[in-house]
Amino acid sequence: MRKILRKHECLLLALIVVLCAAIGIKNPSFFTLVNAFDLLKSSVTLGILGLGVLIVLVSGNIDISFPAIAAFSMYVTCLLVPALGFTDHIVILFVVSATVGCLLGFLNAFFIYYFNLPALIVTLGTGSLIRGCLLAFVGTRIITNLPSSMVEFSQACLFTQALPGGETFGLAASFPIFVVAAVLVWLVLNHMLLGRGIYALGGAPEAARRVGFNIRGIQFFIYGSIGLLAGLAGIIHASNMRNANPRDFRGIELTVIAAVVVGGASITGGRGTVLGTILGVLLLVIINNSLILVGLPTEWHKVIIGSIIIASTAVTAWRARGRQLSTVPT
Amino acid sequence: MQPLISLNIINKHFGGVQALKGISLQIRPAEVHCLAGENGSGKSTLIKVIAGIHRPDGGRILTRGKSYHHLTTMESMRLGIQVIYQDFSLFPNLTVAENLALNCQLEQNKTFVSWKSVRQTAKRALQGLGITMDLDARLGELPIGQKQLVAIARALLQDAKLIIMDEPTTALTGLEVDTLFKIIRTLKDRGVAILFVSHKLREMLRIGDRFTVLRNGEVVAEGPVSEFDQSKIAFYMTGRRLDSAIRRTQEETGRQSLLKVRGLTGSILCDLSFELFAGEILGLTGLLGSGQTELALALFGMQPCRSGDMFVRGERRVIRSIQDAIAVGIAYVPEDRLTEGLFLAQSVERNVVAANLLNLRNRFSLVSLRRLIEHASHRLTELGVTFSSRGIPVKTLSGGNQQRVVLAKWLATKPEILVLNGPTVGVDIGSKQEIHKLFQQLAANGIGIIMISDDLPELAQNCNRILILSKGRLSHELKGSECDESRIEHHLAN
Repeated sequence: MRKILRKHECLLLALIVVLCAAIGIKNPSFFTLVNAFDLLKSSVTLGILGLGVLIVLVSGNIDISFPAIAAFSMYVTCLLVPALGFTDHIVILFVVSATVGCLLGFLNAFFIYYFNLPALIVTLGTGSLIRGCLLAFVGTRIITNLPSSMVEFSQACLFTQALPGGETFGLAASFPIFVVAAVLVWLVLNHMLLGRGIYALGGAPEAARRVGFNIRGIQFFIYGSIGLLAGLAGIIHASNMRNANPRDFRGIELTVIAAVVVGGASITGGRGTVLGTILGVLLLVIINNSLILVGLPTEWHKVIIGSIIIASTAVTAWRARGRQLSTVPT
Repeated sequence: MQPLISLNIINKHFGGVQALKGISLQIRPAEVHCLAGENGSGKSTLIKVIAGIHRPDGGRILTRGKSYHHLTTMESMRLGIQVIYQDFSLFPNLTVAENLALNCQLEQNKTFVSWKSVRQTAKRALQGLGITMDLDARLGELPIGQKQLVAIARALLQDAKLIIMDEPTTALTGLEVDTLFKIIRTLKDRGVAILFVSHKLREMLRIGDRFTVLRNGEVVAEGPVSEFDQSKIAFYMTGRRLDSAIRRTQEETGRQSLLKVRGLTGSILCDLSFELFAGEILGLTGLLGSGQTELALALFGMQPCRSGDMFVRGERRVIRSIQDAIAVGIAYVPEDRLTEGLFLAQSVERNVVAANLLNLRNRFSLVSLRRLIEHASHRLTELGVTFSSRGIPVKTLSGGNQQRVVLAKWLATKPEILVLNGPTVGVDIGSKQEIHKLFQQLAANGIGIIMISDDLPELAQNCNRILILSKGRLSHELKGSECDESRIEHHLAN
């Protein structure tokens, strides 16, 4: 299994290298540090959401309510923290938003586990419900006077460098959050029994139950963690945008799921890696942000993303069929 | 010897149905105890009572000097009882090593997985059985026999004293069964008891020490294997005498050629040629991977071969799709009826007409519901299936009746050539005989049947000729009176 997955990740890496080389040859400004930092910054939100989706996909399920959760927890946090007189500190904002997201994720887990409903339907419902409640009861106004810590956070940089013109630039402070999240998810999925339970659940749910995994705990962990990650992504997104828009994140689920699937996760469960997800996200971000550097119009990005999704799943399916024919001839 | 576990007068009912009626059963250490019975006789309920999944209504379970009203699944496992279900409860997406070691890791209640101890545990498990396997292979890519060995090795890791095997040989080839039996003997030598649950009489007679036969939830016979033979067990299982001598009369069939295959070559098949005559049942067998299924798929247009010619009634036909195959009068009953042959959640009627909808259209190209039901019930009565209620889903039927529904579906297309792949896998002996009779009737009506099977008695009882494949080539052809089990076995072994 590892060999094949490695192959997929190698393929992805090769694709990214070729793409970068092609863009760089056409437009050398792609190879600047400014651009690299910019790409990394753009991949943070998508990447954090991708990690959540990876966890759900590995477990053999799907969650499409996370954009609504991200918007809800971000917006509510931006309203609540100043209103309740909490200290205006970015960590507190993150904690509040992540908690709200996690609780909303538990709501999904509750319906999925206790009522044994299909996750797609439940999250379709809760997604609509959460977004609807946000707009109907919380507010539709775009908050432009964000807590000042969020503004500071969006300006904070690591490895600050000076441009010839005197301007400075650096790696966005949100990037380390993505790195830490990725390491934690990797740790859980590969080295914790909980994570192996998620893979087991995705491979053979009934067997996972018989073997004695705590299915309830695992389900709550899965949906709780995607909710939590969505809460984090919400704050990072709003601070980058310098406003909190309750209508944001609409439609992002398709891009995120696409990135994770391109990264080698199986939509039917049991397969997927953190490294693959990171590469998938990176590939999509490069396509979205950099093809413009070589003069390809934005309409083309969707064409290319679509082709990559189909090609990468086709390659996986084709390989799987090849294996089947060679090992089980009758 | 002190029994390992004994069940005393166990009762269990579901709703109004009494599934187990006062069952008593003793299993001793290091014995292979065979539990025989037809589908619905209570075998699975009994397994689940021992495994702690079902709670009996009455009776006692005695084991290790203690008496229980019922066991929980955890208690049952702690007492050293391990069930190997037909689906093995393994994880296709994980490696062999992880499949083996997952239980141990879970039991130790660790937070972090120690990959080193996973490998060690897995190695120990395989050594215990004296087998070697690639620990890093993904389980889903292994052949079914190897998956079963993984499941057994995993059970042993749990310090199993009693391993319950539910229909362990259903999906295995002859060679894999031999391996399994070797393993079972190893387990016996180590003092492990096996409850071998099956309806395959020959195999149970080969491996068993003691027999318990269930019928309608009751123990109808019990004793050491020496007191039993095939017809006696069959009698106890079905409650009636089965005329085992329904062997097909070997009269010369019409020499009218229905199908002629010349030089068929595919990924396994290699220059295969043979002919099928009208009114003939042609057996086709071989070790796993000899090309039987590839041939079936090629004949039915699902996986056309690279080269070779097919002649139907003397005319050269090219079959490149299922539609082509149906058009020339070929029908295929697949190996795995549950996944390939039936729409499980749909009604019996809908299943029967599924392959024949085009012929049931009225002049507006719509399907008339009335004609559909008439057509379906007509087909089913022909096959001797009667149903009390309309519209019941196919998955609620017994294996034998399900297979009849698959047959009815294909017979509705009025085929001239019927390709059967493992036609009675998972069907109990009572129904099996009736289905065999049906094949023979069909053949008598002039249909040519190709019967692909690993079940040697089935081949010997039904076939006019038997082709034995080896590595995609025709290795032997047995005709008429040569078609007996020992001859087939002999040729398979060489």
